[in-house]
Amino acid sequence: MGFAIDKIRADFPILLRQVHNKPLIYFDNAATSQKPQQVIDALVHYYTYQNANIHRGVHALSQEATDAYERARDLVKTFFNARLREEIIFTAGTTHSINLVAHGFRSWLQPKDEIIVGQAEHHSNIVPWQMACALTGAVLKVLPIDENGQLQLETLKSLLGPQTKLVVVNHVSNALGTINPIETIIEMAHGHGVQVLVDGAQASSHISVDVQALDVDYYITSAHKMCGPTGVGMLYGKKELLEALPPYQGGGEMIKEVYFEGTTYAGLPHKFEAGTPNIAGGIGFGAAIEYLNTIGLEEIAAYEHELLMHATQGLKQIEGLKIYGDITHKTAVVSFNIGQLHPYDVGTLLDRMGIAVRTGQHCTQPVMDFYGIPGTVRASFAFYNTKEEIDIMIKGVQRAVNMLQ
Amino acid sequence: MIIEAQQEIIEEFALFDDWMDKYEHLIGLGKTLPLIDPQFKTDQYIIKGCQSKVWLRAEQQDGRVYFWADSDAIITKGIVSVLIRAFSGLSAQDIVNAPTDFIKEIGLNDHLSPTRANGLVSMIKQMKLYATAFAAQNNA
Ligand SMILES: Cc1ncc(COP(=O)(O)O)c(C=O)c1O
Repeated sequence: MGFAIDKIRADFPILLRQVHNKPLIYFDNAATSQKPQQVIDALVHYYTYQNANIHRGVHALSQEATDAYERARDLVKTFFNARLREEIIFTAGTTHSINLVAHGFRSWLQPKDEIIVGQAEHHSNIVPWQMACALTGAVLKVLPIDENGQLQLETLKSLLGPQTKLVVVNHVSNALGTINPIETIIEMAHGHGVQVLVDGAQASSHISVDVQALDVDYYITSAHKMCGPTGVGMLYGKKELLEALPPYQGGGEMIKEVYFEGTTYAGLPHKFEAGTPNIAGGIGFGAAIEYLNTIGLEEIAAYEHELLMHATQGLKQIEGLKIYGDITHKTAVVSFNIGQLHPYDVGTLLDRMGIAVRTGQHCTQPVMDFYGIPGTVRASFAFYNTKEEIDIMIKGVQRAVNMLQ
Repeated sequence: MIIEAQQEIIEEFALFDDWMDKYEHLIGLGKTLPLIDPQFKTDQYIIKGCQSKVWLRAEQQDGRVYFWADSDAIITKGIVSVLIRAFSGLSAQDIVNAPTDFIKEIGLNDHLSPTRANGLVSMIKQMKLYATAFAAQNNA
């Protein structure tokens, strides 16, 4: 059976939109994915029929909302195959999750301790660690990429040592789409007794992840990259690590008992979920996972890979076009430039044709510096895109090039 | 004089009703930009708020203000070029007082993405800042 693309597209109402009087072609999925009606409906349903604060009321509505929210946690747990539901912490998203862990590490880091960070990380997975280092005297060590955007594992070997406290790396690079060999990285780090945090923001709706099989210590993602709402995400952490990690924000929900003489904290996951959470967001996150499950990540990955190959082949026909991270083991992201043309010029003209791509540094300035470029044009595809749309983009790029040269 | 230069630009852009032709015109205008001397392409002359880089410098000669600029993006060059045509050669006080609604009229505001539009705003602000400084000098 083929991929039911027409049926899938019908689930995404925004795909019917026009932009500048042209049908919208949305190729900025790495920035955020579009939302299927099922997710939109879940949000509307919650606010229409179930809205109540959770974990506190004895009344029926509060109980229903709590059940819906906690059910979402179970869905996330199963999706990532975590061992325990309390290992899933709901956060505001990837950035929040990373800051949560980095904040806890401030209590653990000593001067001259080292954190190894990938060269192609999103700024969200660099800056919180710089802040932790600035406060503790710990040091960031950069794990470099090669010309294809792939992490140099040989160097990792020499960087790991008794002074290393943590390795932080993305599963998939948002700038290039490169899939990193996190299995190997985790194995190497664990060989030195070093924990590993993986930023999975770009992987979650494309690659099936089993946190137990990976033996990863922390795995992090945002719901909005996987057809869910904005403002919600998750931190997976091994139970014993999360129990040891100091809490991030203080407030309601995260406490057991509060006395002015001292407070005791609630158990997991509530210890890290201070305040009224994004209840609708959590429920929407659950709906997004149910939606992805109905299609299947394997099917999604296979279809998206076809799109990637189609786009790569077509774009390479354009004279002077260079793809950064031109490998096949990657998600459906093509990051490119044409000769000396500024990505911004190309992106502006594509926008006029109804084609949404991202241009610029993609919050990964070190990657752009590595290649010595001001940025790239990034087309990132999702399972609701088509080869026909890609063909229109390729023609559009050619047209932009003709205008600009 | 202020209004004349602006009126000319408005009429020129009104000739095109297709966005594509407008952009082609804009790209063409970028090639007529009075280029800043490379020695001034430093952080001191860079304008923040643009995704592409813009360098802008001004000088006052015989009571008139002249601008030179450059950008690493072609469309941005076109936009700066339009602004320079509107403002260059006016007195500092005239530039300070000059209206900027011609930008809306030629459709630049509408037709450029929000981040780009922000860049546009920064460029105008920077030109007016130069003019304000010269005007203050003149009055001192
Ligand atoms: C790899 C990666 N890490 C982190 C982030 C930040 O995610 P969020 O903005 O959802 O916190 C992104 C999203 O742009 C990303 O692609």
